Amino acid sequence: MTELAQDKMAVLHEFIAEAAAKEYAESYLIAVLHKAQELFGYLPRQVMDEVAEALQIPTAHIWGVATFYHYFNLEPIGKHVISVCMGTACYVKGATKILDVLKKELGVQIGQTTEDRLFTLQEARCLGACGIAPVIMIDDKIYGELDAKKTVEVINQIRKAEGDGQK
Amino acid sequence: MKETKYKLTLCDGTACIQNQSKVLHQALEAELDKHGLRQSVSIHLSGCLGICQKGPVLIVNPGYIMYGRVQVEDIPEIVESHLVRNKAVTRLIITEDHLYNRFFRIFGDVDFFGKQMRICLRNCGVIDPENIDDYLSLRGYEALAKALESMTPEEVIAEVKKSGLRGRGGAGFPTGLKWEFTAKQTADDKYVICNADEGDPGAFMDRSAIEGDPHTVLEGMIIAGYAIGAKKGIIYIRAEYPLAIERLEKAIAAAREHGILGANVLGSDFSFDIEIRLGAGAFVCGEETALIHSIEGHRGMPRPRPPYPSVKGLFGKPTLINNVETWASIPVILLDGGKWFSTVGTETSKGTKVFALAGKVHNTGLVEVPMGTTLREIIYDIGGGIPNGKTFKAVQTGGPSGGCLPAKYLDTQIDYESLAKAGSIMGSGGMIVIDEDSCMVGLAKFFIEFTQDESCGKCTPCREGTKRMYEILTRITEGKGQPGDIEKLERLGEMIKRSSLCGLGQSAPNPVLSTIKNFREEYEEHIHSKKCRAGQCAAMLSYTVNVKCVGCGACKRICPVGAVEGTRKEKHLILQDKCIRCGQCYEVCKFDAITKA
Amino acid sequence: MSKMITIYINGKEYKVEPGQTIMQAADTLGYKIPRLCYHPKLSIEGACRVCIVEVEGQRNFVASCAFPVSDGMKIKTNTAELRRARRDIVELIVDNHPMDCHVCERDGNCELQRLASSMGIRARHFAGERKRYDKDLSGDAVIRDPEKCILCGRCVRMCSEIQQVHNLTQSHRGFNTVVTPAYDLPMAESVCTACGQCINVCPTAAFLEKNYTQELFEQLNDPDTIKVAQFAPSVRAAIGEAFGIPAGANMEGQLIAALRKLGFDYVFDTQFAADLTIMEEASEFLERVQSKGKLPMITSCSSAWMKCLEQFYPDLIDNVSTCKSPMSMQGAMTKTYFAQKMGIDPKKICSVAAMCCTAKKYEAARPELMFDGMRGVDIVVTTREIAWMIKSAGIDFVNIKPEQPDHPLGLSSGAGAIFGTTGGVMEAAIRTAYELYTGQTLVDIEVESVRGLKGIKEGSLTMDGQEIRVAVAHGLGNACKLLETVRQDPGRYHFIEIMGCPGGCVGGGGQPYAAINTIPLDDEALKKRAQALYDLDRGKTIRRSHDNPDIQKLYKEFLQHPLSSVSHKYLHTHYKAKLPVGIVPKEAKQIEVKP
Repeated sequence: MTELAQDKMAVLHEFIAEAAAKEYAESYLIAVLHKAQELFGYLPRQVMDEVAEALQIPTAHIWGVATFYHYFNLEPIGKHVISVCMGTACYVKGATKILDVLKKELGVQIGQTTEDRLFTLQEARCLGACGIAPVIMIDDKIYGELDAKKTVEVINQIRKAEGDGQK
Repeated sequence: MKETKYKLTLCDGTACIQNQSKVLHQALEAELDKHGLRQSVSIHLSGCLGICQKGPVLIVNPGYIMYGRVQVEDIPEIVESHLVRNKAVTRLIITEDHLYNRFFRIFGDVDFFGKQMRICLRNCGVIDPENIDDYLSLRGYEALAKALESMTPEEVIAEVKKSGLRGRGGAGFPTGLKWEFTAKQTADDKYVICNADEGDPGAFMDRSAIEGDPHTVLEGMIIAGYAIGAKKGIIYIRAEYPLAIERLEKAIAAAREHGILGANVLGSDFSFDIEIRLGAGAFVCGEETALIHSIEGHRGMPRPRPPYPSVKGLFGKPTLINNVETWASIPVILLDGGKWFSTVGTETSKGTKVFALAGKVHNTGLVEVPMGTTLREIIYDIGGGIPNGKTFKAVQTGGPSGGCLPAKYLDTQIDYESLAKAGSIMGSGGMIVIDEDSCMVGLAKFFIEFTQDESCGKCTPCREGTKRMYEILTRITEGKGQPGDIEKLERLGEMIKRSSLCGLGQSAPNPVLSTIKNFREEYEEHIHSKKCRAGQCAAMLSYTVNVKCVGCGACKRICPVGAVEGTRKEKHLILQDKCIRCGQCYEVCKFDAITKA
Repeated sequence: MSKMITIYINGKEYKVEPGQTIMQAADTLGYKIPRLCYHPKLSIEGACRVCIVEVEGQRNFVASCAFPVSDGMKIKTNTAELRRARRDIVELIVDNHPMDCHVCERDGNCELQRLASSMGIRARHFAGERKRYDKDLSGDAVIRDPEKCILCGRCVRMCSEIQQVHNLTQSHRGFNTVVTPAYDLPMAESVCTACGQCINVCPTAAFLEKNYTQELFEQLNDPDTIKVAQFAPSVRAAIGEAFGIPAGANMEGQLIAALRKLGFDYVFDTQFAADLTIMEEASEFLERVQSKGKLPMITSCSSAWMKCLEQFYPDLIDNVSTCKSPMSMQGAMTKTYFAQKMGIDPKKICSVAAMCCTAKKYEAARPELMFDGMRGVDIVVTTREIAWMIKSAGIDFVNIKPEQPDHPLGLSSGAGAIFGTTGGVMEAAIRTAYELYTGQTLVDIEVESVRGLKGIKEGSLTMDGQEIRVAVAHGLGNACKLLETVRQDPGRYHFIEIMGCPGGCVGGGGQPYAAINTIPLDDEALKKRAQALYDLDRGKTIRRSHDNPDIQKLYKEFLQHPLSSVSHKYLHTHYKAKLPVGIVPKEAKQIEVKP
C-alpha cells in the first residue's frame, strides 16, 4: 500500500473506531463505506477487508451491502463523475438525448470511465432539480436546462480547466 | 454609498403616535448612532398599519419581522440583537393567528404562491435555514415547548389524531393512530425515524423542505419522541442530497446548543437526540422495513409485515416512521390546533399536500395546496398551463407507484381517495405534466424500467415480473409488439400488484396499468399499426424530405449511414431501408424540410 | 395452553392455536400450501411468494409462511385468482431458469420441477432474457451454478444462520441478484467450509458436490488397480432414502454387497477407523489431562469443522486433537498395514470413501494428511453419488442380499457406529477413556446427556474422583457459541465434540436429497437416521472401541500402542491458520457465561 493510501486508511480507522464505540456499531457499516469511498474514490477489496476485520462483520455481508447500493463504486472512477439525471421530468424534457451526447462526446457507456480517467459517466435517479430539467450533476455541481450544445460546452470547460491546471 | 443592510419601518399612525412612536424614532436614531449603524440601517415611517392594538409597531426588513408594543427600553436590545447580531428579539414579535400566514404575507402577491397554502413549507424562503434564531423568531420550537410544558404524551397524540393528518409518504395511514400504536408498546428503547429517502423520479419535496426549514422536521420528531416515549431519532436521508444533509447537521448542532436536543430537552425531564444516517442509492429503502434494514447496516430489502415497525422496528424495537412532510406538519398542528388543521382539506384528507410540479408546464417547482384542490387548479392556475401551445395529455402523480390521468380527470380533487378512484395515487407528491409530445407506452416503459432497476430482487413477482413487463413494453415501442401483449401486461401487472412483498412491487405496475386503462388505443396503435402518435418511438418513425428542401446537403453530410441521396440544390431523398431513424437530419435541417411521421 | 382461536379456511371452520402462521396452522389441518423459500429451520424470508393466500380484509395476497393467524380470520387457499397468480409466479421462476432438466443432476429430485408440475405450468407466457453466469467449479467439494439459482435464499440463510460461516450472500440486486461468496470470489478462495449444507437446502441444482462418479467408474474398470472401499457410519443410515426406503433403515449389508457388485475388491468399514480414532483420541485426551496439556481438547473428525477452525478459530488450533479423521485413518491403514499384510504395492491401491459428507472431498486432498508421498483416500463420493452409481450400474439395491465387510479393516464396535450422530464420538470416547484411565469397565455406556438434537449438550462424569466436563455441539453455528464460551472460560470443559453438520454426520452435506413430501434436514429424519446407528450399537456384542479384536490386532502387528511414533506418522496431523480469515458476527457470539 502506498504511503498516501496508508494515511487514508488511518483516517478510515479513526472513523471506524468512533463508530465501533457506539451502540449497534455494525449498523454504521454503510456510513463507514461512505467514508471509505470519500477517501479512496471507490471501495477497494483491501479496504473492505479491513472494514470487515475492524467491525467484525463477515466480508460476504459487506460485499452484499456494497453491491446492493448503487452509490458505491467497486471500480476506480474518473476525476469527475458526471451523473445524468434520468428522473421523470428530465426524461420528459429529453434526458436521453443528453445522455447520448455525453456518450458520444466522452466515448464511453454508462458506468464507464474515460481513458484519460477524467470522467466517469453515470445515470442518476432524480436529482431533485426537476424545475430546471434536463440536468446533469458533475461532482457536486448541478447544470440545468441543458441541450446538446450546452452539454458539450460544460464538458469542454472542465477539460480546459484540467488542461490549464496541468500546464 | 454603502448599501443599507436593514430597513426599519415605524408605524406612524395616530394610535402609534399616541403610543410614543416619535420617542421610539429618536431612541432608535440615538442607538444606531451609538453602534455606528446610521449608514447601514434606514428608518422609514409608514401610515397606520391598522394593527393599532399591538402598537407601536416596528417592522424590520428584510425578513418582515414585526415587533409590537415596542417600548423605548426595548430599543437597545432590538438594535444590538437584531441589527448588530442578526438575531431577532423573539419576545417582541407579533404572533400571528396561523403559522402559514407569514409566507402568504410576504409572497402572496406572486401568482404562483398566492394560490397555495403553505403549512409544511411555511418557512421555506422566509427564514435563513442555517440560523436557528430565524426559526425561533417564527415561533419555532414553541410547539415543542407547549407539548413539554402543558401537555401529556396522550394529549399530544390526541391532538395529532384530531388533526386527521395522514402519512404524506404515500400510503396515507392516519398519523395519530401510528403514534398511538407505537406509544402503546412497552420497550426499553423506541425509535423515531424521519424517512427522507425521497427517491421518486420527479419528486423533490423532501429535499426542498429540509433545505428550506430543517428545524421544523427536528421539532416534529422531538414532539413525537415525547409522545411515544422514545429517546432516539434518526433521519434517513439520501446521500444524493448533500446540501440538505449539511443543513440538517447544522440544525441538529444548533438545537443541541440551545438545549433543544440532548439531555433534558428545554429543561424538562425528557431527553432526546437525533442522528443522521445516509442512504446509498436504493429507491426501495423508502419502504419502511427496507429503510430499517438499511439503517441497521444491511442490504435494503423489505421483510413481510406484520410485525409492523410500530411493534418491531429498528433493532427490534418499536419504531415510529414518518416522512419529512408529515413531520413538518406536526408543529403547526400543535400550535394552531388539530381542530383548525382538520378544517383544511376534504372530509377524508386533511391539511395540505406538497407537490413537485414538473414536466410540460410553465411554472415548475414546489406547490403546497389544501387537499381538495383540483388537478386543473394546480396545473393551470398555479402551473400556468402547458407551454409552447401544446395540448395537455396527461398528468402523472405518485411517480413510479402512481398512474397517468388523462384530461377527463383534470377536475379530480386532490385527496387520497379521489386520486385512487381515478386510477392513480397521491404518492409522495411527484406531479409530472405530460403533453402531446410524449408517448404513453414509452412513459410506461420509462417507469417500469425504473422499478425493475430499483427492485431489490427479493420477491419473485417484482424481480422477475417487472423485468418481463419491461421486455414486453420494449418490444412494443420497438415496433415488435404482438397481439396479446396488452393482455400479458395486464395479467402480469395484476399479479405483481397483489402478490409482491412490499409497496414497491405492489405499486410497480400502476403506471403501466393506468396507461393501458386510459390510453389503450396508443398501445393498440403501436402493436397493430406500428405507429407512435407522439413521434417518440424511433423504430416507428419515418423521416422524409418535403418540398421545402433547397438541396443544401446538410442532411446528407450528417447522416451517419449514408441514407440521404441527392445532388446539390435539388430535393434530397432519404432511403428508408438504410435509415436508422437517428433523427440527425431532422435536427440539422434549417428549412423545416424533413418530415417526421 | 393458550386459548384456541377460530379460523376459516376455504369456508370451513377450524379451531387452532394462536401465535402461529397461516402456513403452520394449515399444515396441521391437512392443507399443504405450496411453498418454496420456506424452511422450518431458517428465518422467514417471505420472498418466493408461492405460498400466498387470500385473507379477507387484506387488499393483497399475503405470504402464509409469514402472516399470523388471528381469531375469526377467513382464509382462502385455492381461488381462481390465487391459482393463476401462483402459477404465474412459478412460471416467472422457471422462465429465468435453464431449460435443461433432462441433463440436470437433480432431475427427479428438484423442488422447482415438482412445484412447476403441480402448478400446472404447461406453457411459457412470459419467457424473455435469462440470467447467464459461469459455473464455479473451483471448490474441491462444493460447486456453484448460479444459473440454476432461484434466489430463495435458503443457502444464504443456512450458511449464516445455522452454520454462522457467512460465506454466501446475495450480491448485486434486482434481476441481477446472485448468490456469491464475498467479492464474487470462487468458492475455492472463499471461507466456505465445504460443509455442503447449501446443497442440502437448495431446491434446485444451484449448489452441488464436485462429482467424482466418472473418475470412480473409470478406476473400477481398471484391471491394474486394487479397488478398496470404505463407507461412513451414517451412509448406511441414510442411503436407503435415495431408493425410496423410509428414513431410519440401516442398509449396511446391502451397501457392502452393492459396493462389491460395483467392482470393489475389498469393502472395509470406516467404523473400524472410528474405533481406531477413539483409541488415539482417548489416549491423547488422557495424556493431556495427566500432563496438564492444552484443554479443553476438541475433536477433529469433522472436516468442515477443521476448515472452519483454521479460518475462524486459529487461536484454538492447539486445543484440537491431532488425530486425523476416521476416513483418513482408514485410508492410511489401507495403504500401509493392509497393503503390507497383503503384499500389495500401495501405489496400486485406489482408496475410495463413500461419505455422508462433502467436506471429506476437501479433506482427502489436504497435503498435510499425506504420508509416504501418498494420499490416504484417492476418491471421495457422497451418499448421493454412490446411490446414483448403484442405480446407474443397474444394481437392485433394495432387494440385494446383505453381505459382511472384509477383514482386517472391517470389523467395528458399537462405539464406532454411533460416530455418525452428534454426541457419538464423545460417547464412544467416554466408553474407552474411562476404562483406560480407571482400569475399570464403564457399565452404563449409553451417555444420554450427549444424545439428541439439542444444539449444545453438556455432561460430566467422574473418573477416579476427577470430574470430567464435556460438551457437544453440532452445526457450526452451535459450535461457534460453544467455542466462544471456551474462549471466555477455558477451564469450563475438558473435552468437546464438534460436528460441522446439523445432527452430526447423519445430517451431512452429502446425504440423499429430500424425497417427495419431505423437508431437507427434517429433524424427524435426522432422529431416525441417528436411531438406526444407536440400534446398530445396541445390537453389537462389542460396544467399546478398545474391545474390537481387529483393533487390538492392528496395534499388536503394526502400530504398537496408541500415540506411538508409528501412530503419529500415519494417524496424526497438524493444522495451521488459513486465509481468508473468517469472521463470525458479534450477535452470533453472544453467550451467557455461567459462573
